Amino acid sequence: MSTSHSRLADKFLENDKYAQWHDNTFWGVRQKRDRMADEVPEWEQLRQMASDIKRHTITHLDRYLEQFEANAVKNGAIVHWAKDADEFNSIIYGILREHDVKKLVKSKSMLTEECEMNPYLEAHGVEVVETDLGERIIQLNDQKPSHIVMPAIHLDHHEVGQLFENKLGSEKDNHDPTYLTYQARLSLRHEFLTADAGLTGANFGVAATGDIVVCTNEGNADMATSVPPLHIAVMGLEKVIPDYDSLAVFHRLLARSATGQPTTVYTSHFRTNRPTARKMHIVLLDNGRTEWIANPQHWETLKCIRCGSCMNTCPVYRLSGGYSYSYFIPGPLGINLGMLRDPQAHSGNVSACTLCLSCQNTCPVKVNLGDQVYQWRQQLDEFGTANKQKKFICKGMDAVFTRPKVYNMATDNAHLANHIPSFIMECGLNPWAKGHKMMKFPKKPFHKLFKDLEKDEDGK
Amino acid sequence: MKIGLFIPCYVDAVFPEVGVATYRLLRHLGYDVRYPEGQTCCGQPMANAGFEGESVALGERFEDKFAGFDYVVAPSVSCTAFIKLNYPRLLKGKHECSAAKKTIDVVEFLHDIAKVDRPLGRFPYKVSLHNSCHGVRELHLSSPSELNTVKFNKIKDLLALVEGIEVVEPDRPDECCGFGGMFSVEETGVSTKMGQQKLMRHMATGAHYITGPDCSCLMHMAGIAARQGCPIEFRHVVEILAAGL
Repeated sequence: MSTSHSRLADKFLENDKYAQWHDNTFWGVRQKRDRMADEVPEWEQLRQMASDIKRHTITHLDRYLEQFEANAVKNGAIVHWAKDADEFNSIIYGILREHDVKKLVKSKSMLTEECEMNPYLEAHGVEVVETDLGERIIQLNDQKPSHIVMPAIHLDHHEVGQLFENKLGSEKDNHDPTYLTYQARLSLRHEFLTADAGLTGANFGVAATGDIVVCTNEGNADMATSVPPLHIAVMGLEKVIPDYDSLAVFHRLLARSATGQPTTVYTSHFRTNRPTARKMHIVLLDNGRTEWIANPQHWETLKCIRCGSCMNTCPVYRLSGGYSYSYFIPGPLGINLGMLRDPQAHSGNVSACTLCLSCQNTCPVKVNLGDQVYQWRQQLDEFGTANKQKKFICKGMDAVFTRPKVYNMATDNAHLANHIPSFIMECGLNPWAKGHKMMKFPKKPFHKLFKDLEKDEDGK
Repeated sequence: MKIGLFIPCYVDAVFPEVGVATYRLLRHLGYDVRYPEGQTCCGQPMANAGFEGESVALGERFEDKFAGFDYVVAPSVSCTAFIKLNYPRLLKGKHECSAAKKTIDVVEFLHDIAKVDRPLGRFPYKVSLHNSCHGVRELHLSSPSELNTVKFNKIKDLLALVEGIEVVEPDRPDECCGFGGMFSVEETGVSTKMGQQKLMRHMATGAHYITGPDCSCLMHMAGIAARQGCPIEFRHVVEILAAGL
């Protein structure tokens, strides 16, 4: 019995040394996050508050989005509404064409990954350059992000060094991280200076002020918005929050949860274009979100602020890697978002969870990620994506467990299985035996021992 | 106080000694304990695999079996958590649900209801404590490592009543062992790798035994230990508490 996730996970695990490195690296991030959380006495209150604010905002989304739009327009920005990925891409391309943009520099945006915007723009003749270092590395390497906050974490500095030799003409065999960073900076400076437009994502949209708030560590969003003459900001509808007071709550949680920093190096607020630039554009994307709000079991996924802490703590993610999930966002969050997006295509990820529930404890906005995975499993049969063998086993278990006589017969005789030679029990057909030695069944199960046990205790 | 003893299917079939220790311990403390015949499974395995509909009939049977008891005590945190958290929803409109309120894991019962504070058994060994996920994050037997809350561990408190014992915890003390029921069958590779790593961290403490409140985690790690020839033994918490009584 296997799933699309488990098959790719097995491939990931073939390189044991790498798998261990991957596991330890993300556990290290989890530990940094723990240290940060422990330094804030009101941490758990903040999480509850953040969850409450999100619940409130998402259930009053119309009000806050209209307020956001009105304030953004008042600030001088142009606001667009996109109902899906296609409309999103054509709006972006329309703005770029209007301003005759040949080269677009981007700061990190998972929203544009969601819409597969880069290939769309490239097909229309626009050169797209990622400027977040991790994103730039995977763009040069023709890969997708393996993590939402640390997209190139799966590559080490030797791999990056070789890539830079080939793509940026850096010195041969010089894989020194400082040197490589310098090379990246040199090349990106050139891109910033020659770009016709800059595009940023948004960590938050503040309804009360119309601010787009972008948190980065490299300052690349600031370069992308302060050099080229045009700034486009893109934001999923669920990223709107009421006001600065609520922003303060999320701001204290985001970087601590994501990378174990007290704050990101840069937190930039964008309201309008700078005096010498063209009008700022803001594109708001629905792409299923308003339908997900109406899903009673899964709406909470919309509370997510994309910190990635659920991935870092997930033992399955750490030992299977970002590419073992079929959706472009991996880990507990990705399992759930993938199922909301297209259950037929992404049911193969639902197995990637032991229900340990560590993710719901690290989540800064208390999304019930593990509980939702449990719920998705209940729905696989209805989607027609449940494993037939698994269904058969579960029906069989039910048939035995609802009939105590059958159950007793089976357990009374279970010890006979001890005599089956190990080459049969441990052949490839028994998945448990791949990593385990079969357990020995006792001569008598508890229910057969009980009468004597009771007598013994009564006699004491 | 009338106590019904629930011995989940896999404890009954594979670890009867854990049922024996639970019963002996409760009787030793002077409780009136009954073991209703004809009990089987709580329904957790099918539900976690995605077929909770198959668990409803088992829930109804469970309710009937344990109707007259004040508490239902079970030596398994995952079964107990399943009953407490899912029965109210599964039985809604089908059967009265009292099991969710009165079912309690044996560790929690001993710590919070019986409030045991006198010396228990004797177990002169170094023991590494396995904090099972559902015990930590659903039944709150200890403070989860992710939360910024007051640190506590009810299992450790109880083990401190055992003579001669030295209790240690592995690195990453409440990280999952990778069993996860159907997870271990569908995701064999990751499940085994997680188990191997967990086992390695327990072994690194230098303990003679690994103990925990859930036999399924212990069974998973014991199967891996036996396969790899690791010299370490496994005991459920109640077996240690009842040792030598």
